[in-house]
Amino acid sequence: MTDEDVALSTTSTPLGGATRRDQRRVASRPLGSGWRQRLEIAFFVTPALALMAVFVVWPIVSAVRMSFYRWKGFGPMDDFIGIDNYRYVLSDDVFTGAVTHNFIIVFASILIQLPLGLAVALLLNRRIHGQGLLRTIVFVPYVLAEVIAGVVWYQLLQPESGVIDGLISAVGLTPPEQGFLGTPGLALGTVFVVLTWKYLGLAILLFLAGLQGVPHDLFEAAQLDGASWWQVQRRIAIPLLGPTIRTWCFLSMIGSLQLFDMVWILTGGGPANATTTMATYLINQGTGRHNYGIAGAASVILFVIGFLMALIYQVFVLRRDTTVER
Amino acid sequence: MRSKSRSAALAVLCAGVLAFAACGSDDSSEGSGGTTTITWWHNSNNEPGMGYYEQVAKDFESDHPGVKIEISAMAHEDMVDKLDAAFQSGDIPDIYMERGGGELADHVDAGMVRDLSDDASDEIDKIGGSVGGWQIDGKTYALPFSLGVVGVWYNTELFDQAGITAPPTTMDEWYDDIAKIKDAGITPISVGAGDKWPAAHYWYYTALRSCPEDVLKDAVTSLDFSDPCFVKAGEVVEDLLATDPFNKGFLTTKAQEGATSASGLLATGKVAMEMQGHWEPGVMQGLTDDGKGLGEKTGWFPFPAVEDGQGDPADALGGGDAWAVSEDAPDEAVDFVKYLLSDKVQQGFASNDMGLPTNPAANDSVSDSALAGVLKARDDAPFVQLYFDTAFGASVGGAMNDEIALLFAGDASPQDVVDATQQAADAEQ
Repeated sequence: MTDEDVALSTTSTPLGGATRRDQRRVASRPLGSGWRQRLEIAFFVTPALALMAVFVVWPIVSAVRMSFYRWKGFGPMDDFIGIDNYRYVLSDDVFTGAVTHNFIIVFASILIQLPLGLAVALLLNRRIHGQGLLRTIVFVPYVLAEVIAGVVWYQLLQPESGVIDGLISAVGLTPPEQGFLGTPGLALGTVFVVLTWKYLGLAILLFLAGLQGVPHDLFEAAQLDGASWWQVQRRIAIPLLGPTIRTWCFLSMIGSLQLFDMVWILTGGGPANATTTMATYLINQGTGRHNYGIAGAASVILFVIGFLMALIYQVFVLRRDTTVER
Repeated sequence: MRSKSRSAALAVLCAGVLAFAACGSDDSSEGSGGTTTITWWHNSNNEPGMGYYEQVAKDFESDHPGVKIEISAMAHEDMVDKLDAAFQSGDIPDIYMERGGGELADHVDAGMVRDLSDDASDEIDKIGGSVGGWQIDGKTYALPFSLGVVGVWYNTELFDQAGITAPPTTMDEWYDDIAKIKDAGITPISVGAGDKWPAAHYWYYTALRSCPEDVLKDAVTSLDFSDPCFVKAGEVVEDLLATDPFNKGFLTTKAQEGATSASGLLATGKVAMEMQGHWEPGVMQGLTDDGKGLGEKTGWFPFPAVEDGQGDPADALGGGDAWAVSEDAPDEAVDFVKYLLSDKVQQGFASNDMGLPTNPAANDSVSDSALAGVLKARDDAPFVQLYFDTAFGASVGGAMNDEIALLFAGDASPQDVVDATQQAADAEQ
C-alpha cells in the first residue's frame, strides 16, 4: 500500500479516531506518522487552496477594499472615502432599477420557465416516437454558447430588416416602431423570452433526469388503481420531483441575479436603462467610467444580495431535502 | 488573429500566476543576445493599415540592428480594454496610443508616461499646434499621428434621389433636407446610440455651436457647466430628434459592428447620412463585401450652424490619436515613435487612407477627396474642441454620455444632461 492510498482512504473516512487507529495498524507505521499525514494532506490540498485563494478569495478581498476608495483603476489606491461609494450606489436610480430588473427576471423565470419546463419534461417522459430526437432538439439552445445565441437573436430582432419583424408584418400585424429591443417598454420582456429559449432546455433536462429517479412501480401501482395520466403526474411524478425542482429554482435564481452576457449583447443595458442588471451596472461604472470604487461597492452589494438569497433558500427550502436524505 | 487571442489568454493566465511565481520574464527591454525588444500596440487591425505598419517596423529594424519590434494589432475596443488592464497592472506596452484630455492627465499623474519634450523637439515643432492636446504644463507626453474632425458623412446618390443639390449649412436647412429624404422613402440618418458616444457627439456639436469658445475652454479646467448655452445644446438636439430622422431601433444600434450597425447602414445604402469621425471611410470599407465602402458616392459636410449660437460655425469637434512611450520603455522606443512621425511614414500613412496625418509634409498624400475635405475643414477650423468625453475623462464623460443617451430616448431633459454632468464633475473634485 502506498502512502497516497493511505492518505486518501484516511481523509475520506468521516468516522475519525477509531478507523485512523485501525489503518495505522494496517500500515504498521512508526511513531510520528501523524506529522507525515498532515504533510500529505497539506501537499494534496495546497494546490486547490492556492487556486481558490488566487481566483476567489483575493478578488473578493480586493473588491471589498476597492469599494472604500475613490480609484480610477491605476496608480496608488490612497483616496479613502469610507462608505460614500455604497451611499452613491444605493441612491442611484440606475442601480435600483438594475436590482428591480434582476428580481423581475428571478421571479419571471420561476413563474414561467418552471411550469413550462415541467410540462415539456412530463410530455417527453412518455413513450413516444422520436423521443431521443425531441429531447436533443429541446436541449440544443442550452448547448449553444451564450454569445453566439445572443448575436443570432440580436440579428433576428433587428427592426425592419430582421426576420422576426418580417414574420410579423407578413401575417399582417405591425411590429413595434423602434423594434423589440429598441422600445424601452418591450426590451426587458424580449430579453426574458430569449433567456427562456436559451435556458428552458436545462430545466427540461434536469426534470427528465429527476423523473428517471421516480420508481416505476409507483406509476404501475397507480395505474392499476385506475388513476388517470394526469392524476399520476400530479400526485406522484411532480411531488417526487420536488428536490429536483427546488435545486433548479436555486440555480435559476443565482443565474438570474448574475445575468450579464445576454443583456450585454442584446441591449447593452439600454434602451434608456430599461434592461440594466447589477452586472451591467458595475461593468459600466468600472471599465466604462473608471469609477472602480463605485463598481467595487456595486459588486459587494451584488455579492451580499446573492449570498443572502442563497442562504435563505438553503435554510428554508433546500434543508427539507437534505434532512430527508439523512 | 487566432494565435493573438491565444497569447492574450496566456497573458491573462500569467497575470494570475504571477502572484505566486514569475511566469517568464515580462520585462520587454534587454533581451538575451543584446537585442532590445519594443512592444507596440496599435488599432490598425485591417488591411492595408496592418500590413503597412508591419513594413514600417521591419524598415526600422533593418536600420537599427539589435532592435526588435513586437506588434500587437487589435480592434479599437479591445485595445482600449487591454490598455486599461495594462495600466492597472503597471505592465504597459512600450509604445501605445493616447487620446489626450483627462485620460492622459490621469496617466501622467500616475507617472506612467514618458516626457518627450526634449527627445522629440524637432517633431513637436513640425507638427505645430496640433500637439497642444497632448501637452500638460508645457510638457509634451505624446506625438499625435492622426487628427480628425467629426462631420456628417452622406451618400451623394441618395441625396440626388431626394433632390438635394447642396449640403445644408444651417440646422433649418438640415431639417428641410431630412424631410425631403423622408419624402423620397429613405431613412435620413443612422446613429449608434446603443454605444452612446455616437449619440453624445450630437450634443457635443450643438454645444460647440451654442457656446462661446472661452466658455468651453473654461469648462474643461473648471468643470463648471452653469452657462445656459449647455442647456440650449440639449434643446437643439431635441429639435433634431423631433424631426424623427434616425434609423429604426437606433437606441440599441451599435456604432460600427456589422451591417446592421450605424456605419453598416450607411455603407450599404440603407440610410443617407451618419455623423462620424474621419475614420468612417475606413470603417465602411471593412463593412462591405467589395471592401470599398461607399466608394465614389461618399460625401462629407461639416455640422450645420445653430441659430443664435455663440460658437463659430467653422469650429470643429475632433480628436486624435498620439503615440506615447511608457515611462520605463527603452530609449529606442522614442526613436521609433519619432520615425513614425517622419515625413516618409506619415506620407505612407496618408496614402493608405489610415487617417489624417499631422505632419504637414504628408497633407498632399491624402488621396481620397472626401478625406481631403475633412483635412481642409480641420486645418481651417479656428478652434478644434476635443471630444468632451475624452477631454473630461472617463468618469465625467461617461456620466455625460449616459445622460445624453437618455435624452435621445426621451427620458431626460436638456437640464438633466447638464445636472448629471455637473454631479459627476463635482464628485471628481
